[in-house]
This record gives sequence, structure tokens and C-alpha cells, in this order.
Amino acid sequence: MRFLFKTSYAQELGLFRDNVQRNWYVALFAALLVLPRVVPDYVGDISLVFIYGLCGLSLMVLAGYTGLISLGHAAFLGIGAYAHVFFAHDLQLPWIVSVALACVITAAAGVLVGLPALRMTGVYLTIATLAFALIIQEIFSRWDRVTGGLKGKPVDKPVLFGFSFASELAFYFLCLAVLIGALWLTANLLRAPTGRAWVAIRDSEIAAQSMGVNVAVYKTMAFAYSAALMGVAGALFAHKISFLAPDIFSVLLSIQLLLMVVVGGLGSLHGALYGAVFVAILPVLISQARDAVPAWHGLDRFVKQPGLEPGLFGLILVLFILFEPLGIYGRWMKVKLYFAMFPLYKRATFKRQKAYMRSERLR
Amino acid sequence: MTLLEADNLAINFGGITALAGVSFEVRAGEVLTIIGPNGAGKTTIFNLVSRIYDPTRGRLSFCGEDITRVPPHEIARRGIARTFQNIELFEHATVLQNLLLGRHAHKRSRFVEELLFLPRVRALELEHRGAVEKVIDFLDLQPYRDSLIVNLPYGVRKVVEMARALCTQPKLLLLDEPSSGLSVEETEEMAFWIQDIRTLLGITVLMVEHDMSLVSAVSDRVVALNYGLVIAAGTPRDVQAHPDVVKAYLGG
Repeated sequence: MRFLFKTSYAQELGLFRDNVQRNWYVALFAALLVLPRVVPDYVGDISLVFIYGLCGLSLMVLAGYTGLISLGHAAFLGIGAYAHVFFAHDLQLPWIVSVALACVITAAAGVLVGLPALRMTGVYLTIATLAFALIIQEIFSRWDRVTGGLKGKPVDKPVLFGFSFASELAFYFLCLAVLIGALWLTANLLRAPTGRAWVAIRDSEIAAQSMGVNVAVYKTMAFAYSAALMGVAGALFAHKISFLAPDIFSVLLSIQLLLMVVVGGLGSLHGALYGAVFVAILPVLISQARDAVPAWHGLDRFVKQPGLEPGLFGLILVLFILFEPLGIYGRWMKVKLYFAMFPLYKRATFKRQKAYMRSERLR
Repeated sequence: MTLLEADNLAINFGGITALAGVSFEVRAGEVLTIIGPNGAGKTTIFNLVSRIYDPTRGRLSFCGEDITRVPPHEIARRGIARTFQNIELFEHATVLQNLLLGRHAHKRSRFVEELLFLPRVRALELEHRGAVEKVIDFLDLQPYRDSLIVNLPYGVRKVVEMARALCTQPKLLLLDEPSSGLSVEETEEMAFWIQDIRTLLGITVLMVEHDMSLVSAVSDRVVALNYGLVIAAGTPRDVQAHPDVVKAYLGG
């Protein structure tokens, strides 16, 4: 077991715990740089994982850190995507400006959803975001002039400062750069007073308030920041799928996004990325599993029905909440502790304790 | 000098009158304890002072300013900090993070600065950390600095919650049953800490407490409540001997 020797307060303000951890991240970064050479056939899929990572980051801020569960994040992704395509294609604005504007618009939409959220908690908020997502999807299919309606809208490859990101490889690095940038900004917020206020709201709104946190402002801020990240993800997503249609931004996608943060592990940035990998691999696994099902009493025909996937997503969500509420990240922590403490692993370390003594909830 | 003044404070929840016109004052530098049987309205007074409830009638003033309609998050900035009867800590955060949140009322960094973690944010964070470490030293919390709240025993959580309130550098500290759930030894320790908070830090304390040994050890004055009304006020000894107080507790 390794012990960390702390010699100054500034040491704890760093992004990384220590040099060992930093070196691991440098190694990971180097690996990601050479990865396209190792698996050239999967470059496009890995860019999608990066975009999912951005979405995961966005929802992690809201659900994992502020404790506001949203089932409407596909709508923010859609708003970001359509807004970006509208600015970049129809208005011919430069790429960066277009993404920035898409960001502002999704953030504004986030504030709009965040305002009623101040009066709602728990499942009621989730239902409200779900309703929001359905309304937005309807707008996508009706507002022909901007969104192209049900006919959809083709999307060109991004061009930045005259440099075209048409190739899969260039787009891979663009997505990687945006993801790292977003991770850095989010990590900064989380180690500053704003991030602490979010966590405080998640764990006890009443205590946060009595410590001087303006709950309304910070909840709205969490919504706006989360939506803005989703806006950037939407812009990249639009380029990735190269054709926008309203039915892409369905409730199913929202559920998939929520699945990502729950499976990854609520309340950690690592979790958002583990979840992104999981959600990207899941459809591949499902389709392979489908092909492997034997033709026994028409079972193969049953599993090939199109409605099965949402059911499976829901099942996975439930199983994770029941058996591994900390998600993949929690499992990873357990494995790490097992080896660090070997042979003295204490199973009870991660046991969830029930808190029987809680203040009367005042709201 | 009067620090906090409640003037004819009353609140109804539907048909239930929780407080029916309570007046008292907290003088700077004293420890004032509110006692009373269950349901007398003690915690309600705390929730009114920390502005979680709006009073139906009456007026609250702090340092000569009217705070009856001030928003709840503004209270900490004015210098009132509180603890809760059943502990409201941020359970999935470390002790250090909990205490740092206690510094929120002193936040001076802006959103964009934090987003980029500019040197100014770093300097402010170190300043907050310094203030938090002083409280950690004061309450002997060094061994628990990096522990998660969920892994701490109840007695320590109680102290951490008090520490978080102290991190806001309050003028007035509201302690809601500081000894509930503590062992006899822990309660004695709590009494020493309350005395230290008053004498060493110069913070005025208003508390709700049932443990009469703690009450008589630390309080300068006691206010007794029953059915939302003040039935007695004065030194701990006088209030305990007051016939109405004896009647409220023992019936008759």
C-alpha cells in the first residue's frame, strides 16, 4: 500500500493526487495519440466514445454532482446539434463561433428548464425534463425552416481555420481535444467553491442553504453548465452522424445517457468516461448476442424485435442500481482496494450504511 | 448589547400554533439556552432565525438590522451559523470538503475564474484552507480530515457539524441539541467546547438543549418554552426551580 506524504495545502489543489497518478494520465494520453495507428478500423467508433464522454460529463455534473436527475438530455444534445448546423451551414458562420453560439443557446435552454426545477425535486423533476424533451423533439420535426423537419438535414464535415476535419483521423483528434478541454474545465469547477456548493445541494439542500449557498442560483447554474457541455457534444455529434433527423433525439437516447452515468458511477468524472465506453460497446454486444440466440420456439425471432433494446437498457439500469450502485467506477475502486489490502480485504468498507437519523425534511 | 432580538414571534402551520408570540433577546457574548418539553417550539425558533420558515407575525432583528424577510442564504453572510438536531452533513464528502463549504459565505471568486482556475482562485482556496485548518486545530479534528462523513461515528459527526458552522466565522452560533445522541463523556467534552467557543473565539451561542447538566454548566441564561409561549426566563438555577417549568415537565 502506498501512502501519500502531504507537505503543503497547495498540493491538494492540484488536478492530480500525486506524480504517479499524473504519469498514468500522461501515459493514457500517449496511448490515445497512437491508438488510431493500432486500430485504424475503429477510429470513427472511438470518436463517438469521446462524444459520449462529453455527454456523460454533462449529465454527471447535473445528476452525479448536483443530484438532479434529468431524462431530457437528448433534447439538449439535439438543440446543440441543430443550432450548430443552422449557424455553420445556413448562416455560414465560422466553426468556432457557431459552436460557441450553440453552447449559449443550449445553456439558455438549460436555464429555462432549470427554473421550474427550483420548485420540483426527485422524480417530479425527472418527469418535467422528460416532458421538455418530448416538446423539443416535436419542435425539431415541425420547425422546417431551421431543422429541415422530418426530411432531416445533412451535415458537412467541420472546417476549422481553413483546415478540414473531413478525415476520420482528424475528427478523432478534434473530439479528443474538446473532451480533454471539457474535462479540465469541469475538474476546475469541481475543486472550486462552485463544485462544492453543487455537492452540498446534492447531499443536503437545507444545510447548504444555511451555509450561505443560494440554492436557486446554483441549481440553475448546474443546469446551464450541463446544457452548455451538451451543446458542444451536440455540435460534434452532428458532424459524426452527418445527418440530423428528429427521431435521433428520442427519449431512448436520454435513457441511454442516464444509463451512462449510472453504470459508470454517479459522482465521479471517471464514471462518466467508463459509462461512455460501456454505452458505446453495448449496442455491439447486443447485436452479437442476438445473432447467437438459437432458433428455439421462435426465440430468435422474439429477440430480433426492434423494441427490445430500451427494455434491455432499463434492465441494466435496474441491475446496476440494485447490485453496484457505485457503478463501474465503484467496482474499480473495490478491485484496487482488494489488491492494496491483500490479503486483508474488508468487504464492509464499501457497505452502504443506512442513515436512520435524518432531520425532518423541511421541504 | 443585544445581538439577536425576537419580538412577539409567532407562526402557525395550518391550524397548529407552533409559536404564539415569543419575545427574547440574545446579548453579545453570552450563552443562552432554550429549554422546553417536546413540541414546545424550540427548533421552530431556530428555523425562524435561519429563515427556513416565515413567521406569521412578529419581528426578528440581528445587530440592529431587521432580518425578518431576508432570504435564507443571506443569513450565513450576516453572521449566523447553525447546526441541526439530526446532523445535516454532506455525507458523501470528506470532513475537509464539508468544512470548506462552511467558507461559502466568504466566497469571492467568480464563475469564469473558477472555470479556468486562475491564480486568484488558487490563492483564495489556500486562504479558505487556512481558515478551515484553524477550526480543525481548535476542535481537534486532525485525525478525521480526509475521512468520509459516512464512515465517522455519530459523536465525531456532531463535532464536525459544529466545526462547519464555525468555519463561517459567525457572530452567533445556533446549536440544536448539541448533546443528543452523545455519551456522557462526549457531552462533557461538548460542554468544554461550547465554553471555549464563547471565551476563546468570542462567539455568542444560542442553543436548544435537554441535558440539564450541560445546560447549567455552560448557560448564562435560560429561556423555558411550553406550547409556543415563554413560561420562564433567567439563570439556569432560577428557571429549573420555577413552578411553571416543573409543571410543564412533570405535569400536575
